[in-house]
Amino acid sequence: MVLLEIRQLTKSFGGLMAINKLDFHVVPGEIVSVIGPNGAGKTTFFNLLTGMFRPDDGEIWFDGHNLVGLRPNQILGFGIARTFQNVRLFPNMTVRQNIMVAQHARTKSGLLAAIFRTPAFRKEEETVRQKAEETLAFFGSRLVGYRFDQPAFVLSYANRRRLEIARAMATGARLLLLDEPTAGMNPRETTELTQLIGRLRDEKGYTIVLIEHDMKVVRGVSDRVVVLDYGQKIAEGKYNEIAQNERVLEAYLGRKGAQEYAAA
Amino acid sequence: MSQATKQAVESGLPRPEKEIVLNQTGELNLAEALKWGGLGGLAAIFIAAIGMMEAFDERVLIQPVLTLSYAGLGLIPFIFGYLTAKPPPSIEGMPPVKAGLHHLLAAGLTGILAGILLSLFVLLAQAVNLRDIFVNISPRTLDILTFEQETTLALILLIIGGGVLGLLGGLIVIIPEQWRRPVVSALTWTLLVGLLEVLFQPLLRGLNLNFVDNILFSPFGGLKQEGALVVFVVAFAIYTVMERREGIFSQRLAGMSDREKRPYLYAGIVVLVIVLGFLPIVGGVFISEVLDLVGIFLLMGLGLNIVVGYAGLLDLGYVAFFAVGAYVTAVLTSPTSPAWSPELTFWAAIPFVVLAAALAGILVGTPVLRMRGDYLAIVTLGFGEIARLLFQSEWLVPYVGGAQGILSIPNISIGSFEAQTPPQLFYPIAAFVLIAIYVSWALKDSRIGRAWMAMREDEPVAEVMGIDIVQAKLSAFIAGAVLASFGGALFAAKIGSIFPRSFDIIISIQVLVLIIIGGMSSIPGVIAGAFIVIGLPALLREFSEFQFLIYGALLIYMMLQKPEGFFPAKERMRELHGEEMLQDDWLKSREAADQETPAAAPDHNPDTG
Repeated sequence: MVLLEIRQLTKSFGGLMAINKLDFHVVPGEIVSVIGPNGAGKTTFFNLLTGMFRPDDGEIWFDGHNLVGLRPNQILGFGIARTFQNVRLFPNMTVRQNIMVAQHARTKSGLLAAIFRTPAFRKEEETVRQKAEETLAFFGSRLVGYRFDQPAFVLSYANRRRLEIARAMATGARLLLLDEPTAGMNPRETTELTQLIGRLRDEKGYTIVLIEHDMKVVRGVSDRVVVLDYGQKIAEGKYNEIAQNERVLEAYLGRKGAQEYAAA
Repeated sequence: MSQATKQAVESGLPRPEKEIVLNQTGELNLAEALKWGGLGGLAAIFIAAIGMMEAFDERVLIQPVLTLSYAGLGLIPFIFGYLTAKPPPSIEGMPPVKAGLHHLLAAGLTGILAGILLSLFVLLAQAVNLRDIFVNISPRTLDILTFEQETTLALILLIIGGGVLGLLGGLIVIIPEQWRRPVVSALTWTLLVGLLEVLFQPLLRGLNLNFVDNILFSPFGGLKQEGALVVFVVAFAIYTVMERREGIFSQRLAGMSDREKRPYLYAGIVVLVIVLGFLPIVGGVFISEVLDLVGIFLLMGLGLNIVVGYAGLLDLGYVAFFAVGAYVTAVLTSPTSPAWSPELTFWAAIPFVVLAAALAGILVGTPVLRMRGDYLAIVTLGFGEIARLLFQSEWLVPYVGGAQGILSIPNISIGSFEAQTPPQLFYPIAAFVLIAIYVSWALKDSRIGRAWMAMREDEPVAEVMGIDIVQAKLSAFIAGAVLASFGGALFAAKIGSIFPRSFDIIISIQVLVLIIIGGMSSIPGVIAGAFIVIGLPALLREFSEFQFLIYGALLIYMMLQKPEGFFPAKERMRELHGEEMLQDDWLKSREAADQETPAAAPDHNPDTG
């Protein structure tokens, strides 16, 4: 069974092929890392998946639905949520509100229900609030207690990253796309986050695709690694296989560097 | 602060030691005094040259010694003296700079300098005829500036007066913390009570407190001298007590849960309703008139607050919805409406007003769905003008009367009660305002309200997080349009006749200014903003002449010093300062206690209390 299946995905910006005939798949419960040098098209790949960009060509099948041409909010409704490379929270909303608003697609109450405070509205609010607090509790003591009512902009960098992951979790998605979750974190925080990504799958049952530059993290969590370069998949496999792959070494180190590395 | 110091502050580095030494040895900061003195002098010359001195001369604050023009003039050296003496903000890890005698001297110098500049201006104006260019530099203005005295004496008075007031401004910095607030507040209240005699006097008379009126106010206008003293002493006493007690009260309030707060909330609402009920009776026609106007603008403010404050959609053509509300009401209720007059009652027309406003909201909202920021502002600005021009156009004359407008719109009536006079009209307006406040509050804390805020914060991300942008934008426009249309309906019924000219672009601007000054997305802010921006100029006629100048100055000040508004929303009020250190402390204490999920904030947390 395959959760996400991508065939011949293509996107160009002017003359630049950002993504070139990419095939990709994820099975449920898998953690897949997407790596590649800067400009390889990793983030564009996420943008295409979440509907922020529209692909020029190709198919995206998620759980039996074709996602091409859908609005981002519809795609989220099917169960794909993401985080951003340069953390994009709702800075002036409180920590709790950030998580509550993420449940928008799973809830229904409208303008009039809010004005008349119908019983259904009250019940839904309570559920949403509770789920927000539960989700935040997943991150230990960092985002709970007095943090609930603080605006997101006062959080430390690492906490912002955590909050962003929590926000993606709260959407009710099954597939999480994490765009460089450990960027800018110190080694201790990185280790902790690596464990957290494992827990996301093991305890919460999420399927995860992550873009990552830190090879320690990639080695630590991934079941499978996909390497992109110039928008094309140049290698795929377990971490150990990838680490030995000549084309991958070449993409990262250049031809000469790869030869030297192989010689050493 | 020098340039180097500023850079150091911005980069978070400790300030260079040299400057601290300078401040501690108490050297006179001449540069600061020159800067503020020069600015103060220019400010004084400016208000004289635009004719403010003359316009404000009629308003007596304290009979017979202080008119508004002298109060305004005197405030300049006072404020600039204060600014000169004020030490730079203290920086973490550095001992705060203490204000000393040299600061006081600098403040005095500032005042003297401002006085000298103004004196030079007076000399110039007397020697040369400036009136060809600056029409407002009238003989009367010069009389006021020279205190109707001989020039030499007057100039000496100006300079010495400036110096003394500058010193007093500096003194505010020097005096101990616990006296500063009572003194400043008492001074402010004294001036305010004198200024707002038109407000306080009818209220006192309406409450049958004629004896208080007799003690405070002079029959010739303004406070009596002994009245001013009474106000000052009472305000000073109240603030001194409050300074001691306030902490206790706010701490107790912070310690309460939402459930415990509820009885106080209900009690507050009951008191508010009672006060609102008696306000027009006590206040009389003039005050009710002002309140009615504030109420109508408040409805628009609350509506625009949903569109701009909550949803972040800068709508500069907001007056269009106000016009739609007014015109629908007029057409449906007026017996002389041009094409078709069903002569409904006001209340029967309201459902149609809501419907028309919602439609107008969709009509404006749909074409701008893909627009943001500046583009949206420009397009909506166009829509506002289109609406006005349509109502004015020859084409629609058979339906809405063109420039002749629609006349004889009936009053609002409930049963046999007919709201004819401003005090009577206050009740329906207040009812609508209360509904609008409730709606704003209910929407803010709801699924749709959070979606709006997310959209305001980051639209693409909001969409990726599952928010239907089309739905969110349209619902914001509809909610805002309906509230504004209520304002329009009440406006039509209040004035009794409407013309396209009443729906000028300036209304949109005023409503926007009031929510910016009050505090975006904060309901108390919008209310306060409506009173400041609409109520004050209506109470004090001489201000309305300079209304837009004051708006402009106020807006610049707000953008520089208080971008979040005077009464900001709760989540914007918190300061960044120390929050992260707070987190570390808190984490450590938690780790020590080895607890997974604590229930409440620690008690020593000052920022969230």
